[in-house]
Amino acid sequence: MATDVAAEIETANDDSAALIRVENLKKYFPIHKGVFSKLVGQVYAVDGISFHIKAGETLGLVGESGCGKSTVGRTVLKLLEPTAGSIHIKGEDITALPPAGMLAYRQQMQMIFQDPFASLNPRMTAGNIVGEPLIIHGIGNATERQDRVAWLFERVGLRPERMFAYAHEFSGGQRQRLGIARALAINPELIICDEPVSALDVSIQAQIINLLMDLQEEFKLSYLFISHDLAVVEHISHRVAVMYLGRIVEMTDKTSLFEEPLHPYTEALLYAVPIAKSGARNRTRQIVEGDVPSPINPPSGCHFHTRCPYAVARCRTEEPKLREVKPGHLTACHIHDRKVTLPLAPPEA
Amino acid sequence: MTQIQQTTQQPRESVAAGADRILDVEDLHVEFNTPAGLVRAVDGLSYFVREGETLGVVGESGCGKSVTALSVLRLIPNPPGKISAGTVRFQGTNLLNLPEGELEAIRGNHISMIFQEPMTSLNPLYTVGKQISEALILHQGLSKRAAMDQATEMLRRVSIPEPEARIHSYPHQLSGGMRQRVMIAMAICCNPKVLIADEPTTALDVTIQAQILELIRDLQKVTGTAIVLITHDMGVVAENADRVLVMYAGRKVEEANVDELFDHPGHPYTRGLLGSIPNLEEVAHASGERLRLNEIPGMVPSLTDLPSGCSFAPRCPFAVDKCHAAYPPLEEVRPGHWVSCWRTAELD
Repeated sequence: MATDVAAEIETANDDSAALIRVENLKKYFPIHKGVFSKLVGQVYAVDGISFHIKAGETLGLVGESGCGKSTVGRTVLKLLEPTAGSIHIKGEDITALPPAGMLAYRQQMQMIFQDPFASLNPRMTAGNIVGEPLIIHGIGNATERQDRVAWLFERVGLRPERMFAYAHEFSGGQRQRLGIARALAINPELIICDEPVSALDVSIQAQIINLLMDLQEEFKLSYLFISHDLAVVEHISHRVAVMYLGRIVEMTDKTSLFEEPLHPYTEALLYAVPIAKSGARNRTRQIVEGDVPSPINPPSGCHFHTRCPYAVARCRTEEPKLREVKPGHLTACHIHDRKVTLPLAPPEA
Repeated sequence: MTQIQQTTQQPRESVAAGADRILDVEDLHVEFNTPAGLVRAVDGLSYFVREGETLGVVGESGCGKSVTALSVLRLIPNPPGKISAGTVRFQGTNLLNLPEGELEAIRGNHISMIFQEPMTSLNPLYTVGKQISEALILHQGLSKRAAMDQATEMLRRVSIPEPEARIHSYPHQLSGGMRQRVMIAMAICCNPKVLIADEPTTALDVTIQAQILELIRDLQKVTGTAIVLITHDMGVVAENADRVLVMYAGRKVEEANVDELFDHPGHPYTRGLLGSIPNLEEVAHASGERLRLNEIPGMVPSLTDLPSGCSFAPRCPFAVDKCHAAYPPLEEVRPGHWVSCWRTAELD
């Protein structure tokens, strides 16, 4: 199954220029119980996903809490060891590299975290936080590093004089700018953005989204943009992958995804997002019922069948494969075998 | 999946002002003594909500929207907080000078609240049945058994599956969405006249948020409860409120009917907020282009160090000298649409 999904993705999207290619990635967390730490089960956080990101491209990864999207980000950087699957950076397989061997690759991949309060060391000055990656990778001497840090501060919209302040002296939005400056310090090519704007107020959120898009243009960065917020993902991404319980259920360019979703879960998400405009009160929509099931014991067959309004018997037993239903548009749903056209439509106000 | 056709609009401009105002807040001032100095969290705020109506209160963190909600029931911790001036009239009675005992009879009974974080607002040591029945025993004088039966009925009304079993669950045994349903059951079990919902869905996933908001709307249709819905999410306001109040740095900067507000935002802050939200519908889908968002420059000022004149002036693209000199009064630009900005007439 693994290989044919990968093969289909290959035909669907030209990935010759892929900066990073992930194939059939799995990450399970064991659950131990009792005095002898007996293995009693596993959390199937990421359960066989494949994708690639080209240079200068943003892939949005969207899903609700517990779907495994953050685990994907961490596993791709090898902050977590993958259970199975492979990760290629510019064609080089980094899946089995030991931490020492990873250092060279870490220079190409950086991460921006969700919580700007927890991800900055409170005992270091802002300048040292931003400059630390330069030291770790042995770049420049002290003066060169200081110049680089000052330049980074300016580039992300902070006054260089503030290099000597501590993290708590900055507001939430400014701290996120520090996190971005730190990620940019060593000229990475790929940045994993894990919910970078979720903790911010909307007016500040817009500033950070614009900054990320400007930096991408300027430095030809690739982003893996992980978020639960469909509107934000839609805004910043070129292509979007929708995750549900450890699997990608739909992946395509953002226009197709939002105008013509092909998976019932994507449709449900689009219906659920409130729309900020007049007349929204009279919107006709379908609200999906129930909660997201536990990833410890995911439903058989298609994971979404317990909540899916279109589910049939086959969905309970057979796992649908992610495949190309329309050119460049991949989805994992049996309904497209039946040639049924769904009342799938973008939300109407 | 249920097909929901939302057609019921609440009657808006009906009776003469004041007649049907169930909750009427006037010139409310709330202060906090902090090490950094006196903070005017709410500074001269007036608003009202009518029976059966939903009033949306929007603003960013620190704008005073939650303090507004807590002051209605005098839940501001004192010290450091203090309601220094104003009136809060519920059915004509000023709650602010009511003896504590009489206020108890209103809290959780005629006026109740739903909080953002259901895990910290529920007691982890008691079953949900016990927590819901507490209010029923206290306010309605029911026996323990009758209260438990009523509590089971309430769980059914908030669409919790198997209410007879769930009534014996502890909060940690429930999912986030289920806990918020329990909170709602607690809040509505005494048929309140006013329900104050402070960010009721912020901690929830988007599909669960849709379920909870639908539940609140459906309950309102049946009970006619007035709702004060406090949120930072413009989308939630657009889909749930009848009227909207926009707050900035402790003050009301704009108030209007929901459609009026989204079609003709008057205050530069409201315009900025609407421009800074990535909107699923409006971005250039067809071209697949990525547009820049309209950002509001700068950040929310510290309440201990507010600028002179209009608090928004330092971030406002339209600010002129006058804006830095004096705070603009609220003016009615269209019927029911109030804006606090010196340049409203020119910008309109």
